[in-house]
Amino acid sequence: MSFPIKSQRMLLAFISGTTAIALASLAIASHASLIPASRLINPDELVKILQSAKSEKPLMIQVGSHVLYQQAHIPGSEYIGPGSGENGLQALRKRMEPLLRNKFIVLYCGCCPWNHCPNVKLADEALRAMGFIHMKVLYIANNFGTDWVDKGYPVAKGDYKNGTPPDWGRHI
Amino acid sequence: MNKEILRGLALIVVVAGLYFVIRHHGVPDGIKSTAVEHALAPDFSLPDLKGQKLDLSSYRGKVVLLDFWATWCAPCRDEIPHFVELQSKYADQDLQIIGVSMDDGPEPVREFCQQFKINYPVVMGNAKIGEAYGGVLGLPIAFVIGRDGRIYSKHIGVADFSFLEREITAQLRAQELSPSNQ
Repeated sequence: MSFPIKSQRMLLAFISGTTAIALASLAIASHASLIPASRLINPDELVKILQSAKSEKPLMIQVGSHVLYQQAHIPGSEYIGPGSGENGLQALRKRMEPLLRNKFIVLYCGCCPWNHCPNVKLADEALRAMGFIHMKVLYIANNFGTDWVDKGYPVAKGDYKNGTPPDWGRHI
Repeated sequence: MNKEILRGLALIVVVAGLYFVIRHHGVPDGIKSTAVEHALAPDFSLPDLKGQKLDLSSYRGKVVLLDFWATWCAPCRDEIPHFVELQSKYADQDLQIIGVSMDDGPEPVREFCQQFKINYPVVMGNAKIGEAYGGVLGLPIAFVIGRDGRIYSKHIGVADFSFLEREITAQLRAQELSPSNQ
């Protein structure tokens, strides 16, 4: 049984087309821009929360690059690993598993312009799938340098040291 | 009287022309020129993907495009084919592109380099080199370094490739004639 050459070409074109569409959809599906605005928090809002003596302080998780985290991160935030990779997502699930599902959590990355960030949306989805309900994703329009460091917001360097919470009152 | 009117019209045409040129062909967003100071590019010695040390200082005399990137960074990936093309086009005129990967480990970088047929050296970056270059806190970031080892421009975000190419060719031409490089 054999197909005519024209049919084979059409089939090949169809498979190539659908594969391309599937790959493009997959890439677009991970874009941070698809996170609803209601789930976002702006840098200035987060700083106000961290500054306020009354506000509940979130657990802040950086789900991007370790090298970028070592250069500058939000004081008190933890590095987990890129949300775009399975290793990062596994580490995230492991870290969050023992926590109460109503814990206030803020995820952030800042590796790339928001529309290109491959990390935050997948991390957000992973935690929502675990049942976390009090979560925000930090909206970083350009990158962590431009939208956090250059704005003069507090920054820590190096790796996270557990048990030494930052003194926000002193920094701001 | 007619001459004055003509002069006035000519002046308006010139001003409008200048406005048009600056508006449409001016410095693109995301480029910070360091034309005034031209600071020396911080030297570094970092391992390439085979574990061999690469020293920036050993490229003194060439024009270097230093590209900070990562495999997971979509805009960085989009730039790579253009850089491969630039490297091929200007290799014999002493352009050397050096990639500094900010990935957490070399495995995905090796695979990526093979897949994209990267024709220039790639080293594994770290926080120290990021800080030395003013903080690499977003990707991609590229620096154009002249033959004299000085930074002539910094491109934050995806580069305007035609502008970048003009900048590189200007560096290749300008400094090969410089007496200080003789």
